[in-house]
Amino acid sequence: MTLSLPLASGPGERPLTVAEITATAREVLETAVPPVWVVGEVSGFKKYPSGHWYFTLKDAEAQLRCVMWRGDAARVQGAPEDGLQVFTRGALTVNTKRGEMQFVVRELLPTAEGGFYAALFERARANLEKDGLLAPARKRPLPPFPQAIGVVTSPEGAAWRDIVAVVGRRWPLAELVLVGARVQGEDAPADLCRALALADRLETLDVLIVGRGGGSKEDLWAFNDERVARAVAASRIPVISAVGHETDVSLTDLVADLRAATPSAAAEKAVPDRGELLRRLDALQGTLGAAASRRLALVGEQLRHAATRMARSCERLVERGSERLRDARMRMAGACERLLAARQAEAGRLAGKLDALSPLKVLERGYAVARDVAGRVLRRTTDFAPGLAFRLRVVDGEVRARTEGSS
Amino acid sequence: MSGPSLQEDLARLETIVRALEANDLDLDGALALFEEGVERLRTARERLGAAELRLRQLREAADGSVQVDDFRG
Repeated sequence: MTLSLPLASGPGERPLTVAEITATAREVLETAVPPVWVVGEVSGFKKYPSGHWYFTLKDAEAQLRCVMWRGDAARVQGAPEDGLQVFTRGALTVNTKRGEMQFVVRELLPTAEGGFYAALFERARANLEKDGLLAPARKRPLPPFPQAIGVVTSPEGAAWRDIVAVVGRRWPLAELVLVGARVQGEDAPADLCRALALADRLETLDVLIVGRGGGSKEDLWAFNDERVARAVAASRIPVISAVGHETDVSLTDLVADLRAATPSAAAEKAVPDRGELLRRLDALQGTLGAAASRRLALVGEQLRHAATRMARSCERLVERGSERLRDARMRMAGACERLLAARQAEAGRLAGKLDALSPLKVLERGYAVARDVAGRVLRRTTDFAPGLAFRLRVVDGEVRARTEGSS
Repeated sequence: MSGPSLQEDLARLETIVRALEANDLDLDGALALFEEGVERLRTARERLGAAELRLRQLREAADGSVQVDDFRG
């Protein structure tokens, strides 16, 4: 590290002012020590009307003067009391006015049960909850038959091997796409965020598994990073979070659409089992066949039923028909007889009339009919020319005759 | 294989079976459904047929585009 300040290095050089040396000390401290987390017990807590907090952090062996500016203090849920163990994140500096080393606290967390990690976790969880990222309504269903499954994990880790094994056994129709990322270490959160963003750009992915195999709390810590959790929540496709072993819940578990206890379990949840599906198809085929058979049997039944009913109605029809036929025949016979009788009576009457009109009857009463030789009936005196030969028809025969005088 | 199609086939098969079991179709309709069911079963089995898991790896190429290669572990 190079300092631009005029450092006194020996006699003969200009002595530094107090301001200069304290400013140098401040620059050295600020440059050399990056922001850090410090755990300690609060003592001498004082809240100024300006809103700034002043307190000392101490443990059995040392103490550290702390300040927390108003803006940062306002974000803390409730002021800490003396004696409380807290985690603070901040940076060292020098308060030049007082010539004191000072820790400028930006974040302060009470030590939850479970210590520092639990406190950090709780803080991040609260932030995510505030933004609605933990809402159950955000959870999306997984596609039942995924074709492309993305896996954000380390290429060398057990998680990738486990997932390959499970998917290969259950659902070899799929494509597994590894999106490699560092899963532990300081740069793991940023790398996981990068990998998640990259996976989001591959449009063919149906579902994403993010996780790693088991490890210590520190090893798994990247999955409790708020940035990583937010990247998971932002995923376009459903995410299954699978971090470590069964017991601990990670932040990514909370925001993911589904939580799996292990990477193998995630793979089981991500894909269906082909064998099971084939058995389901067999079952469906059986049901289909049975349903169709029943349907056909029902039709046969209906046909038989219809045939029986038809036969019965035919019989009834024939019965009724022959009844009506008999009836009709009888009625017809009656009618014929009546008609015949009527006709006979009529015929008798007509015969009587005919008899009365017969010319023979007239001749019998003494009349005669005169006809000329041609057979024409001679009715008037003018028909009888003098000397005309004619015949007279009387009842029992004809008489030849001639008009007196000559023609 | 096609995921959505497999899903469609299965959903359709369930519908067909239910319709056939309901017995409220005429015979022609029922037979047509049965035939469709048999066909769907065949395609679904085909889709589930022999396949080998493909392993791929996603990278960001030098030009910033998304690149998918075969995974070589």
